[in-house]
Amino acid sequence: MTENKQEFWRWSEYNWRDENKDWREGNIVTAGIDVGSVSSQAVICVDGELYAFNNVRTGSNSPDSARRALEGALKDTGMTRDDINFVVGTGYGRVNVPFADKAVTEIACHARGANFMAGNEVRTILDMGGQDCKAIHCDEKGKVTNFKMNDKCAAGTGRGMEVLADLLEVPVTEIGEMSFQVDEEPPPVSSTCVVFAKSESMALLKDGWPKSKVLAAYCAAMAQRVASLLESVGMQEKFFITGGIAKNRGVVERIEKILGVKAIQTKFDSQIAGALGAALFAKTLYEKRQAKGVA
Amino acid sequence: MKANYGYTDGSGDYYITIETEGCLKCTEHDCVDACPQDVFAIIEDDYDDLVAAVVEEHRRSLAYVCSECKPASDPPPLPCVEACPQNAISHSW
Amino acid sequence: MITAGIDVGSKTIKVVILKDGRVTGRGMKAAGLEQAESATVCLRQAAAEAGIKESDIEQIVSTGAGRKAVSQANSQITEVGADAVGTVHVLPEARTVIDVGAEEGRGIKVSAEGKVVDFAVNEKCAAGAGSFAESMSRALEMTLEEFGQISLKSTRSIPMNAQCTVFAESEVVSLLHAETSKEDISRAVHDAIASRVASMVRRVGIEQKVALIGGVAYNPGFVNSLSRSLETEFVIPDDREYIGALGAALVAVERSKGNK
Repeated sequence: MTENKQEFWRWSEYNWRDENKDWREGNIVTAGIDVGSVSSQAVICVDGELYAFNNVRTGSNSPDSARRALEGALKDTGMTRDDINFVVGTGYGRVNVPFADKAVTEIACHARGANFMAGNEVRTILDMGGQDCKAIHCDEKGKVTNFKMNDKCAAGTGRGMEVLADLLEVPVTEIGEMSFQVDEEPPPVSSTCVVFAKSESMALLKDGWPKSKVLAAYCAAMAQRVASLLESVGMQEKFFITGGIAKNRGVVERIEKILGVKAIQTKFDSQIAGALGAALFAKTLYEKRQAKGVA
Repeated sequence: MKANYGYTDGSGDYYITIETEGCLKCTEHDCVDACPQDVFAIIEDDYDDLVAAVVEEHRRSLAYVCSECKPASDPPPLPCVEACPQNAISHSW
Repeated sequence: MITAGIDVGSKTIKVVILKDGRVTGRGMKAAGLEQAESATVCLRQAAAEAGIKESDIEQIVSTGAGRKAVSQANSQITEVGADAVGTVHVLPEARTVIDVGAEEGRGIKVSAEGKVVDFAVNEKCAAGAGSFAESMSRALEMTLEEFGQISLKSTRSIPMNAQCTVFAESEVVSLLHAETSKEDISRAVHDAIASRVASMVRRVGIEQKVALIGGVAYNPGFVNSLSRSLETEFVIPDDREYIGALGAALVAVERSKGNK
């Protein structure tokens, strides 16, 4: 790769902290670390309430990414790792979180996190990450009742979108907007496989299609695929979307249209659902352990 | 829980579904030995239940791993499906 | 009688012209984005080689993924049907046909008459066919020819975890960073395609003799990996990439006779 080549698929890093809260007044401090393929998040909860979080890009080394994510969340809080009572690791790198007390699957964590962020009426969750796509159905407690997770095939994942962003030289953050700049909705790209869909997109460009129309066709294909995944786990309201794809209107609004259901919006950044769920699991696990210790 | 292990790719849908409520009533766990490819294992899930699951190693290649049990014509009953006393295992393809 | 078979594959178009049972002309061309146009050019090329006018051709049968794009064709036949007829014609003892092209793989069980007894296909996913090796060779910045060759020099077998072409590209890059040799990476890539093809072929049951056809049969790395995966000998006919087109031309002869 050449030095000056712009990378069109990068998300940026950032962190957040509840300035009105003093963690020292709480009883139980827990953390959840979600090491994903593209980004990693750390969430700190105090007594089961969100206190701070941090989002970083995942490097080539999972333990390192986990550490960086947590350090970012601890920044300016005066808290150290020793002040945390229990840490749960999740995400594809969950077994590589060196300081985690337990690993919990991302399926269970996303359901738990969504239940917190969007309320206990949430029944269906879509999580589309960098290298996987999960459709989850859960009960009012945020316990998983049905799930499908596809991490074999790049189609229907963030990576699949990045391949197209690179082909079209459009920043991944602008894809959603741009895909609506069309006079009418084109038919979806017909190939599922990203390799073949890329060839198909190249052919469409050569045919004189503007980038926006190719993006519309590609987003529509992705939406169709995801909608059928959701229907196969028993799509039911209320519906919540987490993961990087939640920020891509181009896919989200098309999924909503196919399903005839609007996804709920919350004040939280939905990308932290997995780490938040992990931090909440951590609290339950810590309390269980304490109860056992007492008994 | 309906646990679906597998994937969808351009060529089709390949999921093994395990109804874990069945696993809770099961003590034999015959699925583990019945499968000639060692696809199943008993795990403790996120809610501390002992249930059958498709092992991590095979989740992304079920179309190929299970092909031995699925000849193109006159496929016999699947050993995993037959072995489960709770009828908790099914294949999507 | 003169007939033609046109095989419109995903990557290349092949044409075979038959005159009284003998191949007199052939043509090959990249399919590109305009399949119909490429097919026309390819047919003209084959006719020139055969020394005939296109109007001399009595019957044209098309096959391949893009077979419906050929306006000159009198009729069509599936790839599986064309492969069976073509293979048994060149290798009468063949009972199992393995066809691996750029974008699809097929395992076919055939009768002595060239009839399809059973088949399994793997298509619409780049991981099960030649595209997989092609993408990996690009990730390593090598030509596909070089990439196939160096696989033979590998000294050890390493597994590839990614099952998807897109994810495998990243894996190959990580393997390079971890200082895995290109030879070993190449073998891992070819082993991966071969094991997918082999498991598909086993679904139809392997019956001797086994024939390997299709363009990917020119890749020595793949051939080597497949012989390991299948644990059986197989025969690779000359002109392995023309077998589908030949089958279509043979079917054209039958259909032409049937019309009379």
